[in-house]
Amino acid sequence: MILTRIALGVGLLFVVSLVIFWATELLPGDLATQLLGQSATPETVAALRAQLGLNDPAPVRYWAWLTGALTGDFGVSLANNRPIADLIGARLGNTVFLALYAAALSVPIALTLGILSALWRNSIFDRMANAGALGAISLPEFFIAYILVLWLAQTGFFPSMVRINPTTTFGDRLYMTFLPALTLTLVVTAHMMRMTRAAIINLMASPYIEMARLKGLSPLRIVLRHALPNALAPIINVVALNLAYLITGVVVVEVVFVYPGLGQLMVDAVSNRDIAVVQAIALIFAAAYIGLNLIADVLSTITNPRLMHRR
Amino acid sequence: MTSRILSAPARGGVSRRGILQGAAALGAAGLILPYGAKAARAQTRGGTFRIGLGHGSTTDSLDPGLWDNLYVQVFAASRHNQLIEVGADGQLVPEMATSWESADGVTWVFAIRQGVSFHSGRDVTVDDVVASINHHRGDDATSAIKTLLSAITDVRADGQNVVITLEAANADLPYLMTDYHIPIMPAVDGRIDPASTDGVGPYIVESYEPGVQASLTRNSNYWKENRAWFDRVEILSILDPAARLNALITGEVHLIDQVDPATIGMLEGRNVARILSIPANAHYVFPMDARAAPFNDNNVRLALKYALDRQAMVDTILGGHGAVSNDNPIGPANRYFFAEMEPKGYDPDRARYHLQQAGLESLDVTLKAADAAFSGAVDAASMFSENARAAGINITVDRVPNDGYWDNVWMKEPFVASYWGGRAVEDHMFTTAYASGADWNDSFWSNERFDELLVAARSEVDESLRREMYHEMQQIVSYEGSVVIPMYNNFVMAVANGVGTPEQIGSNWNLDGFRCVERWWMA
Repeated sequence: MILTRIALGVGLLFVVSLVIFWATELLPGDLATQLLGQSATPETVAALRAQLGLNDPAPVRYWAWLTGALTGDFGVSLANNRPIADLIGARLGNTVFLALYAAALSVPIALTLGILSALWRNSIFDRMANAGALGAISLPEFFIAYILVLWLAQTGFFPSMVRINPTTTFGDRLYMTFLPALTLTLVVTAHMMRMTRAAIINLMASPYIEMARLKGLSPLRIVLRHALPNALAPIINVVALNLAYLITGVVVVEVVFVYPGLGQLMVDAVSNRDIAVVQAIALIFAAAYIGLNLIADVLSTITNPRLMHRR
Repeated sequence: MTSRILSAPARGGVSRRGILQGAAALGAAGLILPYGAKAARAQTRGGTFRIGLGHGSTTDSLDPGLWDNLYVQVFAASRHNQLIEVGADGQLVPEMATSWESADGVTWVFAIRQGVSFHSGRDVTVDDVVASINHHRGDDATSAIKTLLSAITDVRADGQNVVITLEAANADLPYLMTDYHIPIMPAVDGRIDPASTDGVGPYIVESYEPGVQASLTRNSNYWKENRAWFDRVEILSILDPAARLNALITGEVHLIDQVDPATIGMLEGRNVARILSIPANAHYVFPMDARAAPFNDNNVRLALKYALDRQAMVDTILGGHGAVSNDNPIGPANRYFFAEMEPKGYDPDRARYHLQQAGLESLDVTLKAADAAFSGAVDAASMFSENARAAGINITVDRVPNDGYWDNVWMKEPFVASYWGGRAVEDHMFTTAYASGADWNDSFWSNERFDELLVAARSEVDESLRREMYHEMQQIVSYEGSVVIPMYNNFVMAVANGVGTPEQIGSNWNLDGFRCVERWWMA
């Protein structure tokens, strides 16, 4: 069951890579004319086409691109001839760092709030937590970011922009990226918290919970030991979805906090028609989405033995 | 404090002008006592200068032929020298060339400064200079200034001189050599390495991540004595205007460019930074395709030129940080600016008269604009449309996407918004955008008399005759040209209070002619 799921994920990624390659083929012009720009003459274009191997048929080029990508060789940027792997390397690290930081803040907060508000359903606490989380998710990211800058940066607690380089220590990194991480936390918490709350409340009506209650177990024990394990599947899925979002969709936060992540790179590459870079990032983003969803599927299958033996 | 003020001109005492400025500062300090300390030009060494610029992209290149935005320009000026520098007063200052002369305007001899070394340690030779210029010439050159230098037929070394030969006489060649694309870089086998950051400039590159930041440390061997005051310099790319402003307010950076006029009042209230608003030659334009009806009739073009309220645009779009232009691409900072030309006010009746001359009762045109053209372009187009209605001219403003604006709209559609950074030399501006058939002649305008004058003025050595010619050309562009130029925009920047700036800030380019890093200091 798990193996089929993994095989499906790999197959899907393969299809996505085909689509990415095919979409780039549809664009007018080719790499040679893009690279040469205004100085493109028929002879120079022909020479460069041969040099780049553009005269080969599309399947051959696709195979070369795919095998290169699998070994981490994405080719060179059209704009400044830097290897794309170098361009992406540090930024991918930054993006993953910020995503994990935000996840480390938001997942515990969301689960705790979700469990507590399920436990104290319809209490003042439940209403406040829901209102707060929904309020935060309703505001646009850039607005939350500016509010945080106004409150926490202009008063001198945290820097308003992120200035990191390879020599920055881990502690400094955590301090400097706190505001972007907090912004993302506020954006993603509501979704996970509401899902946790709904999944647990849904189970609380089941007969086996009734039984546990009749046995005289404490409400906290009922939720943690009996309800939560069965609610894990939907929670894991929504956490994975939000993690994928944290990796692929944080351009706005990157811009506001001047964070050198993949999103900004993608925007630059698109506006400069640097197709090779766009392809590489699109593939990475697709891999992140498919990979995280795959992990979520596998984990939720493991947490629910019934799924493993479905006939 | 006083001793510092006295010693500043002495240390910087290369030019008479420096001494005069120092004396003026002394006088001012004496007269306006409470602010005397602030006005003092006490240059001190040290500190880290951080700049936040609204430019820079991961696709930026180190190749001088491809430099195109303020980030790479300032970064380049921080690590390189050129043959000739444009002083803050607009005059040419010897840099790697100690002197230059030409008997006929065709053959130019530049004497190269000796005993100056690159960051990597080797001394600069004439061959390095030749290679640095030749990087932009030849069949395989991909440089943006290839066309600009196409009039050069030969560049060769001659002892300690570099000799440049032109196709035809051009009195402005020394100005051409100040172009930021031509830094002096080390050559190997007659070619520079376009991926190298090695130069002779005031700062040495420590690290550079395109589109993010560059760190530089002071070049202790820098040959200029009264320059490069900071120990370290960091140039950051901060594209978001609000993030840039926040960085300045919270002290993350000391200098930002492109300050949004709407936030200037707020910034002044904070008392952490001051605004520098430098009048310059940069201008905003609405080019009309002179080949296409109805713009092929000069009366229609004149009607449009009288149908907009230029002063209102300066006040609203630029927040007052600019000046009205009389459809003149030559700005007040140019040598031969025609200041006395009869101005065109907002005159709907006159516009109507010109419409009638063109045999029209009313006029319907579409103006395509995007903020990619210039900040506030869509608003400016709407104002134009409102103003023109009083003259019976119906301008439909079509807002188009920023993405692809320069590929799909500019020079493709008949009536659009655009901008020019201005040029230090009249010939440079006219040749780029107004000569018949020029690559970037975005109004597709052609005028025989103008083209004649353009060639004649290039080689004219009589100063007053040359002035007359340039005045006539400005008159022609203004009254017969196919561009509406409503305003010159100032270079607006905000500087933290802790940073000292000279009395006079260069206006040839933004940020003190790109040279803020070399000329400014921590007060």
